[in-house]
Amino acid sequence: MPELIINELSCQKGYSTLFSKLSLSLIAGDILRISGANGSGKTSLLKILAGLNSAEIGNVSFQGNLVRSSEYQENIFYFGHLPALSPELSCQENLNYLANLQGGHTQSQVINALAAIGLKGYESEYAANLSAGQKRRVVLATLFINNAPIWILDEPFTALDTNGITALEAQINKHSNNGGICILTTHQNCNLSKMKTLSL
Amino acid sequence: MALRNPSSFLNPLLFFIIAISLFPLAISPEAHTLSNIAPGVIWVTCMLAVLLSLNALFHTDYDNGVLEQMVISHHPLPLLLLAKTTAHWLLTGLPIVLLSPLLGAVLFLDNTSIVILMLTLLLATPSLSLIGAIGASLIVGVKNSGMLLSLLILPLYVPILIFASSAVSQAQFGLQITAQLYFLSSIFLLSLMGSPFVSALALKNSLE
Repeated sequence: MPELIINELSCQKGYSTLFSKLSLSLIAGDILRISGANGSGKTSLLKILAGLNSAEIGNVSFQGNLVRSSEYQENIFYFGHLPALSPELSCQENLNYLANLQGGHTQSQVINALAAIGLKGYESEYAANLSAGQKRRVVLATLFINNAPIWILDEPFTALDTNGITALEAQINKHSNNGGICILTTHQNCNLSKMKTLSL
Repeated sequence: MALRNPSSFLNPLLFFIIAISLFPLAISPEAHTLSNIAPGVIWVTCMLAVLLSLNALFHTDYDNGVLEQMVISHHPLPLLLLAKTTAHWLLTGLPIVLLSPLLGAVLFLDNTSIVILMLTLLLATPSLSLIGAIGASLIVGVKNSGMLLSLLILPLYVPILIFASSAVSQAQFGLQITAQLYFLSSIFLLSLMGSPFVSALALKNSLE
């Protein structure tokens, strides 16, 4: 059973301890929603899970691989606050690059993903010309291509319109039904089955 | 990517050309004076031009989140950074090497010295990109870094400057320059082996 184990994790930012001795484990199909007030450490926790920040105490492991090892990193997909797009590249090229960082894919998958997320016809459009919501959609399109079992999404519904939100919720549900794990933070109400909540 | 935004790599090259062209006007149009100072002038301007281009090495990628994705991907970060540094050299170092005969002629360097100049540039500009990548990855999160990058890297560039310009000066007098060439090659090899790993470490720390 693919298992993500968080073991006695603690995080400090500046002089304050955001959370300490956080332990939990997630199995295939789990969707974890992390809630908390602004500044309670949600993004910090997600960054530790993604391998961006390192935790002073405690560790995170997936199937026995510690965070920041390449076996762990190839199993995660992280979507943070910044739209990870190069402004000079077109949507299709950006998606190619992001998908290459993740793993293998085909051109038709890229084009289908762009169409599925509502950006059909924008494949050659330079990323600099897209609106903020459209930029987030391009990165979310990577969700349609990648095979990573763990999705770490930081406020994924921001800047999306209702169609986009519905499409994303459907995709997260599908991922969970296929045995994947999804960890997300959001301030909006969302319709996801099998959702556990963690309050910081 | 840089070809779609040409000003990003043309600016340092234009600086290189313009700055060198100013020296004959400012100092003296006499061939003897100019050919004496030519190696030093060309090398110092080359370093300043490379420094100019380094500020932007990781800046855009950091601002729009691509750097984050690179750091957390399962591909080894040193390899990704080596690729980025190679691209940087192809856009800065290589054009400088190719432009150097023209600028050597502006400063009245003789033909043998121009060949040696190109050789030293070819050997050492990759080291400039590699060492520069270390500096750029150290300051990637710092706002208003200003001259911080130059302060960090120029001391590391000084050995390259000394060996390279002395190689060209000595070639003008027909002396042996194998020692300088060996030193430049070893600096290149050391930076090739060390820089990707050090930059990767610095980058991971800067992103925390």
